[in-house]
Amino acid sequence: MSLDSKTPSGPMALRWSKHKQDSKLINPKNKRKYTVIVVGSGLAGSSAAATLSELGYKVKCFCFQDSPRRAHSIAAQGGINAAKNYQNDGDSVHRLFYDTVKGGDFRARESNVHRLAEESVNIIDQCAAQGVPFAREYGGGLANRSFGGAQVSRTFYARGQTGQQLLLGAYSALNKEVARGGVEMHTRSEMLEVVVVDGHAKGIITRDLMTGKIEAHAADTVLLCTGGYGNVFYLSTNAMGCNVTATWRAHRKGAYFANPCYTQIHPTCIPVSGDYQSKLTLMSESLRNDGRIWVPKNKADIGKPASQIPEADRDYFLERKYPSFGNLAPRDISSRAAKEACDAGLGVGPGGRGVYLDFAEAIGQFGQKTIAERYGNLFEMYEKITGESGYKQPMRIYPAVHYTMGGLWVDYNLMSSLPGLHVLGEANFSDHGANRLGASALMQGLADGYFVIPTTIAPYLVTQTPGNVTTSHPEFTKALEDAQGRTNKFLNIKGKRSVDSFHRELGLMVWDK
Amino acid sequence: MSLLNLQLKVWRQNQGQPGHFQDIQAREIPDHASFLEMMDIVNERLIQDGGDPVAFDHDCREGICGMCSMTINGIAHGPEKATTTCQLHMRKFRDGDTIWVEPFRAKAFPVVKDLMVNRSAFDRIQQAGGFVTVRTGAAPDANSILVGKEVADAAMDAAACIGCGACVASCKNASAMLFVSAKAGQLNSLPQGQPEKDRRTLGMVRQMDKEGFGNCTNQYECEAACPKEISVRWITKLNRDYALAAAKEAFVGVQEHAEGGD
Amino acid sequence: MARDKAGLTEALKRIPELREEFWSNVKVPGSGAAANPELEKAGRVADFMEFAELLCHDALDREESCGGHFRTEHQYDDGEAKRDDENYCYAAAWEHTGDLSKPKLNKEQLTFEEVHLSVRSYK
Ligand SMILES: Cc1cc2nc3c(=O)[nH]c(=O)nc-3n(C[C@H](O)[C@H](O)[C@H](O)COP(=O)(O)OP(=O)(O)OC[C@H]3O[C@@H](n4cnc5c(N)ncnc54)[C@H](O)[C@@H]3O)c2cc1C
Ligand code: SF4
Ligand code: FES
Repeated sequence: MSLDSKTPSGPMALRWSKHKQDSKLINPKNKRKYTVIVVGSGLAGSSAAATLSELGYKVKCFCFQDSPRRAHSIAAQGGINAAKNYQNDGDSVHRLFYDTVKGGDFRARESNVHRLAEESVNIIDQCAAQGVPFAREYGGGLANRSFGGAQVSRTFYARGQTGQQLLLGAYSALNKEVARGGVEMHTRSEMLEVVVVDGHAKGIITRDLMTGKIEAHAADTVLLCTGGYGNVFYLSTNAMGCNVTATWRAHRKGAYFANPCYTQIHPTCIPVSGDYQSKLTLMSESLRNDGRIWVPKNKADIGKPASQIPEADRDYFLERKYPSFGNLAPRDISSRAAKEACDAGLGVGPGGRGVYLDFAEAIGQFGQKTIAERYGNLFEMYEKITGESGYKQPMRIYPAVHYTMGGLWVDYNLMSSLPGLHVLGEANFSDHGANRLGASALMQGLADGYFVIPTTIAPYLVTQTPGNVTTSHPEFTKALEDAQGRTNKFLNIKGKRSVDSFHRELGLMVWDK
Repeated sequence: MSLLNLQLKVWRQNQGQPGHFQDIQAREIPDHASFLEMMDIVNERLIQDGGDPVAFDHDCREGICGMCSMTINGIAHGPEKATTTCQLHMRKFRDGDTIWVEPFRAKAFPVVKDLMVNRSAFDRIQQAGGFVTVRTGAAPDANSILVGKEVADAAMDAAACIGCGACVASCKNASAMLFVSAKAGQLNSLPQGQPEKDRRTLGMVRQMDKEGFGNCTNQYECEAACPKEISVRWITKLNRDYALAAAKEAFVGVQEHAEGGD
Repeated sequence: MARDKAGLTEALKRIPELREEFWSNVKVPGSGAAANPELEKAGRVADFMEFAELLCHDALDREESCGGHFRTEHQYDDGEAKRDDENYCYAAAWEHTGDLSKPKLNKEQLTFEEVHLSVRSYK
């Protein structure tokens, strides 16, 4: 079957404006009759919940952490792209669009990517107005840095904690709406199932993680903003709780899962040190602005301290292979090049699974103070984990699973193949094709939540009579029983192996094969 | 890499019931492991032996989400300066050590199970004013409001707070002043936060009192325990902002946040 | 980072076996009527066990290398990824059929009107 993406026609640059003009509106009196369930409170979920509530919809928002502010988006470090061209270096909406399509290796939907590039500029305005403390220049204007896969400087950042600050901004907007009574927030609530009534997603089943109570919630539409599935590999840079449950359960109920094999391996992570390890730690790829990546040219030098390997015997393999992008080549390319070097027996550190990321030259040029200002928290993080100082010797890095481009298939309106089920942020498949460029996930999550769904939800809702399905519908009763039954089943197996031991084995299986 | 044998004294408690310390042996722990990975190893063995694994909160395991929360040897997040529980590594302990592990204790943080506590009071304080009222889509161009680098940097210092609650757990009065002052201080010092400054300050401080956090008596244990090194200078600023807002309120009245309706 | 047909076929054989063992031999202590982190993990891992199989089906089906997906069978002499726009310029949207070993493939054909299909080069 071929799928209809409902993409508008006409010139690329005008499609989104045209679509917005053509989309149905719901008048304010009617909006408050509709209930919207938002699962997830990361960048996508918080921004969507806050904005839909501002518009007048009744919103119920869920997350499994003890506060919406702890969603995994909080961990993003490096930055967020936007085609502001504040640097006057030739950036434009078209260039960001072009870089993203090309960066995605021509496996993304062009119209979506163009829309993303258009909305990128509004995101920065919105976040600055919320009080997000972006890095500034002395004149008071916003500062930028460069990221992989682009030749312009268009990445906005808040020290090494950009995701944290953007999420706290969205969380504050969410809080404003909770206080106003527009959003009902359910923390420590895990969605176990989506409830489908007459072919439409009309609610969810959750488990209260403090009391164990299994509950049903009905709505006129359901938004999944539940993040990526990187933890299928067990070891990844994702937070421990990241999971595929929400999207997988929806898939089993009729939502198509698109491109699950597109996973992103990030080149600058701290290498694995032992089998007790529970997660991998990413260091922002912004480090590649000033750090140079190399391995020894000769196997004889493996095991020697880096300082004893002369310049001539070092292979700066990214600079050699990709002279015009050098250490800023896109992630997939950089990761594979690092793995090749290690496979060839030139890796450094335990098990030969590492390459050097060297700041000696940058420290010589700018001084340690400047480097510390730029990346201080990353150097500290590295030292805490490895016990080594990146100022005194090169860091060791190795690629690790980081992001998942695949996700539930959605049309231009962000609706999945299961009517009524919308999917936002990392949980959908839409904008990054087969590879995501750095600083583009934060952009996508916020574009989806603040600017896309508030428009594209209406075309679905106008076809629905608000509130016509309640939790007394037999489908809810059945879904409740199923969820309860599954919980009991886990508890009654009483086998011999821990859950983690299975997870670890599964992860290795998918990583190695 | 070397292996450590440790004697743990871990707080065990079910919701609404009294708790107690349990002795647990932690054998052959790699010194490269993090504190939480040590707890994983302990739990894995407890499960094998038919015991009840220790419940604790955690998620990012890289010091940013604010979920992890253990009081280790009497210190919130343990002995390392500027370090969350999840970033603490076992190489900081010695073979044969006895380690006391407790939850973040405070009246406003009831225990959920073992080392997990309920910190939703922090969310409610934020809801009482920790935001700038700006509708999506109604923002001016980001560079139309210039913010000096020093001001932005200071706001970022405050914004680095991860909302973990170590400041509360380390304070003998269980005061939340460091947290609240960091949250209010970030917005109160930026131009974008000026119009609502008074309402924000009054709202957040009053909610904090309502939640049952204690008073600040300037002991500054909070600053020492804070993994993000939030400075107590923010408390001074909050006190100033509060005095000003309260005075204004007494004389001219400060409008409460508008409720509901459209 | 790099996959091949043999490895993926092997994984597709072993994942269902592991899943079966999980459902007969996992140990989840505690009760359902209180906070229970092990129970939460069990639910998530059970879903990963099913999802992993779909991931491998997709990787096996996509006989090309593109972006983060690298199949060792499909590369140029210098080791760069070899995309196949003729046959794989689509988004693979998998449908659940009730049988995890037989997911159904639906395709969304991708067209490029503005950015013309070209070999990605960062040299
Ligand atoms: C270490 C790291 C650094 C990164 N750095 C950058 C960067 O610099 N720039 C960039 O652009 N991108 C970066 N990314 C990627 C980016 O952070 C994520 O892709 C993005 O934040 C995902 O946002 P989200 O809103 O889609 O999902 P998330 O933030 O993952 O939120 C998921 C939400 O869903 C909830 N949830 C999930 N399942 C359930 C369930 N079953 N029931 C109830 N609730 C559920 C969770 O509680 C959470 O609230 C980074 C990622 C990592 C791992
Ligand atoms: S002020 Fe420090 S200790 Fe208190 S919540 Fe914030 S980060 Fe934690
Ligand atoms: S687990 Fe996130 S801060 Fe420790």
